Amino acid sequence: MKKLLLLVGFAGLLAASNLNAQTPAAAAPAPVAKTPTTEDRLADIEAYINNGARQTNAPTALATSAGPGHNAWMMTSAALVLFMTLPGLALFYGGLVRRKNILSVMAQCLGIAGIVTILWFICGYSMVFAAGKPWLGSITKFAFLNGVDSAPNTDYAAWVSHNVFSMYQMMFAIITPALIIGAIAERMKFKAIMLFVVLWMFVVYFPLAHMVWGVDGLMNGVWNGDAKIKAIDFAGGTVVHMSSGWSALILCIMLGKRLGFPKEPMQPHSMVMCMIGTGMLWVGWYGFNAGSAVAADGVAANAFMTTTLATAVAAFVWPMLEYISRGKPSILGFCSGAVAGLVVITPATGFVDAKGAVIIGLLAGVIPYFAVTKLKGIFGYDDALDTFGVHAVGGTLGALLTGVLATGKVNANLTDANSYAKANGLDKIVANHGLWIEQLKAIGLTITLAVVGTVVIALIVKAVCGLRVSEDVETVGLDVAEHGEEGYHG
Amino acid sequence: MKKIEAVIKPFKLEEVKDALSDVGIEGMTVVEVKGFGRQKGHTEIYRGSEYTVDFLPKIKLEIVLADGQVEAAIAAILKAAKTGKIGDGKIFVSNVEQSIRIRTEEKGEQAV
Repeated sequence: MKKLLLLVGFAGLLAASNLNAQTPAAAAPAPVAKTPTTEDRLADIEAYINNGARQTNAPTALATSAGPGHNAWMMTSAALVLFMTLPGLALFYGGLVRRKNILSVMAQCLGIAGIVTILWFICGYSMVFAAGKPWLGSITKFAFLNGVDSAPNTDYAAWVSHNVFSMYQMMFAIITPALIIGAIAERMKFKAIMLFVVLWMFVVYFPLAHMVWGVDGLMNGVWNGDAKIKAIDFAGGTVVHMSSGWSALILCIMLGKRLGFPKEPMQPHSMVMCMIGTGMLWVGWYGFNAGSAVAADGVAANAFMTTTLATAVAAFVWPMLEYISRGKPSILGFCSGAVAGLVVITPATGFVDAKGAVIIGLLAGVIPYFAVTKLKGIFGYDDALDTFGVHAVGGTLGALLTGVLATGKVNANLTDANSYAKANGLDKIVANHGLWIEQLKAIGLTITLAVVGTVVIALIVKAVCGLRVSEDVETVGLDVAEHGEEGYHG
Repeated sequence: MKKIEAVIKPFKLEEVKDALSDVGIEGMTVVEVKGFGRQKGHTEIYRGSEYTVDFLPKIKLEIVLADGQVEAAIAAILKAAKTGKIGDGKIFVSNVEQSIRIRTEEKGEQAV
């Protein structure tokens, strides 16, 4: 009955949103001053090729068109980022749990994809990408994706359809909470996870993503001329990896260790599955990183290269440390190194050159390696699949290294050629090697928001429905107890 | 009639089967098993966490045969399964009271 009411309420909301839609929200395009000359039309095409702003006297027939090349790449990228979660992350995490819990991880990934999509449609997209306050966008402007159509939203991309941009960004909103489930795998109730994610999106993700990427965001150094913190984050070092990683640490501590940890054996049940997932994450990450240029332009091309370099280097360095320290390079070592490389290059990918990417790859293979193999033992928390060690440590490292290695030579948006960077002084900060201080401010704010937000949300969820499954359920496995299915028969 | 139970290394199964065929053994039952003897298990390390794996995968062959075939079968298994390293496995021989072929209801050595 409660569920039925929920559905009726949801349908009511939808109907209300349709009423709003009947009053035209978007203003008609400004009338073109004069008939475009051949020069005007050529300039508009040149702008398309260079991913520049629309020509002011653009041909009316194209006034609301997206650029086909840029749009095609962004639709591809959106699909690639979804592929990272489904099935990439599901297989990567799924292989690392015991066989009795494989389906629970997959159910959680799928459940998050669904619930986050609904939130994104209702008001999530609007809260992140509509202009509002420096710490949060407008809740209503793009609510129910009103006004989000195939014409570009020039606040973010001159040549990419607004609806494509919205769906692309939604894939980031899906994978971020999905990363958290690595730390709390094998012991948290499904309904507790779903409730946690809903609250977490409102308290942590939507505000943070707006601060970093929103047109008037507090920490959007590249695109907000009034940004108080002139930080940069190309594809989500703070928004995605730090937020999920630090929240994961807090949640796994509040949830407690798995039964029998660390005495009972809890080996990964399928390293094959884990390796397949890793490969999918790597491939999908090209959409994540190169797609974050929101165009098929030179910055995207640079991001494609740096992503490859850093990842390959880290994927080699991590297992070599194992080789040196205990005589055997493991598949999990190769996989962990690859993911760490991808995480650390994420905030830097569109801002550093090839040499910077190799340095990042090297450090990504070393520092998260020690976080994963040593820190956990020293402090004794049960971060089951190492979300903290890889994503929080890697994300924080990446945000800081971006501050050291970013260069205007590969991305003119960091120079005075970008009027926003010129207005808030980012161009001089980068030129004078002071960016790491701004990055530290962003790191501090991100950690504070993730930690405090998670403590409060976890306490609420605990009071509402409890966080953990019973000992019986945990022993039998979540697959049978929570989902009524088994991953493997026979 | 005797029953031979032989626990061998998994990768030796094909060689052992061929060697048994060569001496005229025409049937066997094979099971994948886990266990340990003097070889003990091994250690696995995942991201710094160490696990001791006590039980190693092995193959167990069960062959019931006429008394006269036993020595030839044992010799064939020894020749094919021996690597000289620890963990090669063991052979057990025991008496079998009766055997019956279900299709024809033949009994005794005719049925093995």
